[in-house]
Amino acid sequence: MPVLDMLKTELREVNATLQAAAKAKGNEAFTIENPRGAHAMAVGLDGPLRVTVKGSTGYYCAGMNQHATVHVEGSAGPGVAENMMSGEVIIEGDASQYAGATGRGGLLNIKGNASSRCGISMKGIDIVVHGSIGHMSAFMAQRGNLVVLGDAGDALGDSLYEARLFVRGSVKSLGADCVEKEMRPEHIEILRGLLARAGAEARPEEFRRYGSARNLYNFNIDHADAY
Amino acid sequence: MCGIVGLFLKKDDLRPRLGDMLTDMLITMTDRGPDSAGIAIYGDAAGGLKITVQSDTPEADFAGLDAALSDALGAEVTMRVASTHAVLTLPLEQEAEALAVLEARGLRVMGSGESMEIYKEVGLPKDVAARFGIRAMGGSHGIGHTRMATESAVTTLGAHPFSTAGDQCLVHNGSLSNHNAMRRKLARKGVFTKTENDTEVGAAYISSRIAEGATLGEALEGTLKDLDGFFTFVTGTKTGFGVVRDPVACKPAVMAETEDYVAFASEYRAFADLPGIEAARVWEPEPATVYFWER
Repeated sequence: MPVLDMLKTELREVNATLQAAAKAKGNEAFTIENPRGAHAMAVGLDGPLRVTVKGSTGYYCAGMNQHATVHVEGSAGPGVAENMMSGEVIIEGDASQYAGATGRGGLLNIKGNASSRCGISMKGIDIVVHGSIGHMSAFMAQRGNLVVLGDAGDALGDSLYEARLFVRGSVKSLGADCVEKEMRPEHIEILRGLLARAGAEARPEEFRRYGSARNLYNFNIDHADAY
Repeated sequence: MCGIVGLFLKKDDLRPRLGDMLTDMLITMTDRGPDSAGIAIYGDAAGGLKITVQSDTPEADFAGLDAALSDALGAEVTMRVASTHAVLTLPLEQEAEALAVLEARGLRVMGSGESMEIYKEVGLPKDVAARFGIRAMGGSHGIGHTRMATESAVTTLGAHPFSTAGDQCLVHNGSLSNHNAMRRKLARKGVFTKTENDTEVGAAYISSRIAEGATLGEALEGTLKDLDGFFTFVTGTKTGFGVVRDPVACKPAVMAETEDYVAFASEYRAFADLPGIEAARVWEPEPATVYFWER
């Protein structure tokens, strides 16, 4: 398995190597050592590739990922897996602000906690957080699933569109137009599948579902207070 | 953006390495703020009051300054010069007289206290740290800042940390939106700032609350109610180290704690060389929550 040591190899070269290998579609596996919180690691991968990062990363790790699996054996800084299209990003530790923002597909699997604005403007990505999430998570989320085994901070799902939010613990407060919804059999099934994919030890029946009340879809003067 | 670093030692064994560790943390944060850099370091008490002064013409202004001040105060004054800064040590009770003399001579007072020294200048963090020899300094705790100027001029006085009372200092990432109104409020109470900088108002607000009898924890709580805008504040006192973020908390912050130290930085990168960081508890401070450590 090729090893890229960030003490010896420049970030630009690391990313160029990974991007070329992804494009070649050889399904190679790389290990990155000594990431030391570097920014924009393993970004823009477009092809099947497995990358293991031995440590913590800085901003925007695994952004725009397509088909690749990026496994961070540490914590991730702001904007991890931003605008992911497909593939999987696994964070063993915590993730900072706006994890999975604008993501369109794939699975972001955070084993620790995620900070504020997790899944902001998500557009089809699935995010599973084994710990808790911070305030303003899933703000303006449009599609996909956000699963939280722990608690959610203030203003969950503010100005939410069609994304599904599943929270097992407490929710500090719901944002504008976000409401608790009934857990129907189809939601239990979706959640069961997501928990299994993420390797999460939880029963789907323990979760509550939140979604959009759809009052803010069109401007209505009667709802002006909610904006 | 701005970059903040802070290191608070819980035990004494790392004391000789404080300046070295803080310098590395500060240099790592260079690309968050290349305009100016500063460091406040809490070293050994000198058995008196330490006043850090700055001059753009140090050769002329510092020559014989200790003797002149000694004559004016009728007491022994010692001086240590580091580039554009000088640290004067004098009897505690003569602070007001000494400050009047120093200001009359056109020197800029960076801060004063029994253990705190402040060094700050325009320029890259590595250059600023080198010119003052920060690496060689020991101490119990310190905070540092790399500035990307937004609210006021790129000058020495506009650099962080800001000190508005003895042994107190503050660094800030963000921008306050009600600093002019708060500056007027503080002035009505007789608290005056030296610059147009928003961060100095934040520092002065905390100092004035403490002067009124609040604990540092209460003063930091007060910032959440009385200051408007974006802020991550890191403060130092003679024996303490505090952190608070505004309720929106969009400015980055990360903390690490081991049995030996508590560290703060804008990004995890700044921790990469700290001893035992692999085993440290690393977390992001919650919004609108005060964190405080005391020796």
